[in-house]
Amino acid sequence: MNIFQDANRKQIAGRRRTDWLLHMLFVIATSIGVLALCALIIDILIDGIVRLQPDLFNNFPSRKADGSGMKSALVGTIYMLLIMAPISFIFGVGAAIYLEEYAKKGRLTRLIQLNISTLAGVPSIVYGILGLALFVRLLALDRSLIAGALTMTLLVLPIIIVAAQEAIRAVPRSRRDASFALGATKWQTVSRSVMPSALPGVLTGVILAMSRAIGETAPLVMIGALTYVAFLPDGLRDSFTVIPIQVYNWLSKPQIEFKELAASGIIVLLVLLLLMNFSAILLRNKYQKNV
Amino acid sequence: MEALININKLNLFYGDFHALKDVSLTIPEKAITAFIGPSGCGKSTLLRTLNRMNDMIPGTRIEGGIAIGGTEIYSDEVDVETLRKKVGMVFQQPNPFPKSIYDNVAYGPRLHGITSKKELDEIVETSLKSAVLWDEVKDHLKRSAFGLSGGQQQRLCIARALAVNPNILLMDEATSALDPISTLKIEELAQELKDKYTIVMVTHNMHQAARVSNQTVFFLNGEVIEYSDTEKLFSNPSDQRTEDYISGRFG
Repeated sequence: MNIFQDANRKQIAGRRRTDWLLHMLFVIATSIGVLALCALIIDILIDGIVRLQPDLFNNFPSRKADGSGMKSALVGTIYMLLIMAPISFIFGVGAAIYLEEYAKKGRLTRLIQLNISTLAGVPSIVYGILGLALFVRLLALDRSLIAGALTMTLLVLPIIIVAAQEAIRAVPRSRRDASFALGATKWQTVSRSVMPSALPGVLTGVILAMSRAIGETAPLVMIGALTYVAFLPDGLRDSFTVIPIQVYNWLSKPQIEFKELAASGIIVLLVLLLLMNFSAILLRNKYQKNV
Repeated sequence: MEALININKLNLFYGDFHALKDVSLTIPEKAITAFIGPSGCGKSTLLRTLNRMNDMIPGTRIEGGIAIGGTEIYSDEVDVETLRKKVGMVFQQPNPFPKSIYDNVAYGPRLHGITSKKELDEIVETSLKSAVLWDEVKDHLKRSAFGLSGGQQQRLCIARALAVNPNILLMDEATSALDPISTLKIEELAQELKDKYTIVMVTHNMHQAARVSNQTVFFLNGEVIEYSDTEKLFSNPSDQRTEDYISGRFG
């Protein structure tokens, strides 16, 4: 008996072709993304590599391209990160724990949830306007480092809350049950069972949110971070600048040398982003090995 | 045998669903009581009222009473955490924490304020010995509990439950995810533990109930149809429905 005799060859050939075509389509879709990124990186490396010298990190920006650096911008970005990270971690993760573990799953919680998801997609310039009204004007913090960092915190909070909620939700119900069944209180269960399991996911979310923040320009332009800063911020109330603003400033100048500086600034920013994402992966692996 | 748990006209609702109907039951001390019945008959629900794990399911409502050693456990004065410490639980799927074997067993004692290393070491050792797991793991207590086999993980969960010094141990189909040999080990373990603990087990395996329990309770659609000594229930049931179920006519 030939078990293949009633096979419909035409239909089979058609299915194969569709399969192959879609396979190719997906390969092309992936390649376009990867190629665009490669083109960008190569282009920037060609332009900026000549300016990647100690001067870039040691000097402040100046009117002359030669010897001009981005010390104030680099330090400004790092300071901002240092202020933003702990504040947004505490409030973001706190809100996520409340929503996932404590809040009653009613209409109000759903409304809050919807709002947070929406806020995560609000254009960053809107946060800039809020920051200008709230921190710069109302709280009279002026165009300071702290005003910028707080504005950025507002910007990343929804992202952190959503990421942390997902990580918390991914912890199996059975681990909470095991803890409660031993006589643990809610907080003991959250702190000793749920959070240790959720932490890698939470930290990854926080770091990715941070790396989004250091690339943001619009809200800081809005609250008036200066484009030309030839000193290091001395305290929370001092004015400051960050890398993307410095890059923007250099790009707006006509001389070719400043374009090179801008490219080198972008390289520094990319390296910083890469380092942060890499550390997110390291952290995740480290904690996963511990379990 | 003296009754330790007295359940009196207990009704439980999940929203509109009437899950337990007028359940009255006594459970003897230092013996094994088995709950049997088809899926959805309420046996696990009743088990989870004994350590109030049902409290956490929104929309649960309870009428009637459960007294353990004379104390009404649903009264306002009862501290739920203390209740759960005295009424330990082992679940259907082994659910160790993603921690070391040592830290799994020490989790409970630490919750209740024991911090001294010496004391914890002692508790971990006695608990693992009680769960007949000590000899298999004593040389690598620092290793992850996830490296153990399913049967070992379940015995670890039993050790973890024993570590907080309970009086009652609830086993919710604790062997249904295990192979026959691991199941046998857990059953033998239950036999040993009943000298010190009151054990209540839910099982959908009638043979297991017949093998290990002293008293068996048969549930159907949220009602207790019959409960008596295991031997009597299996050899000479008084209700036709019990007879139909244990002879395999349904369920």
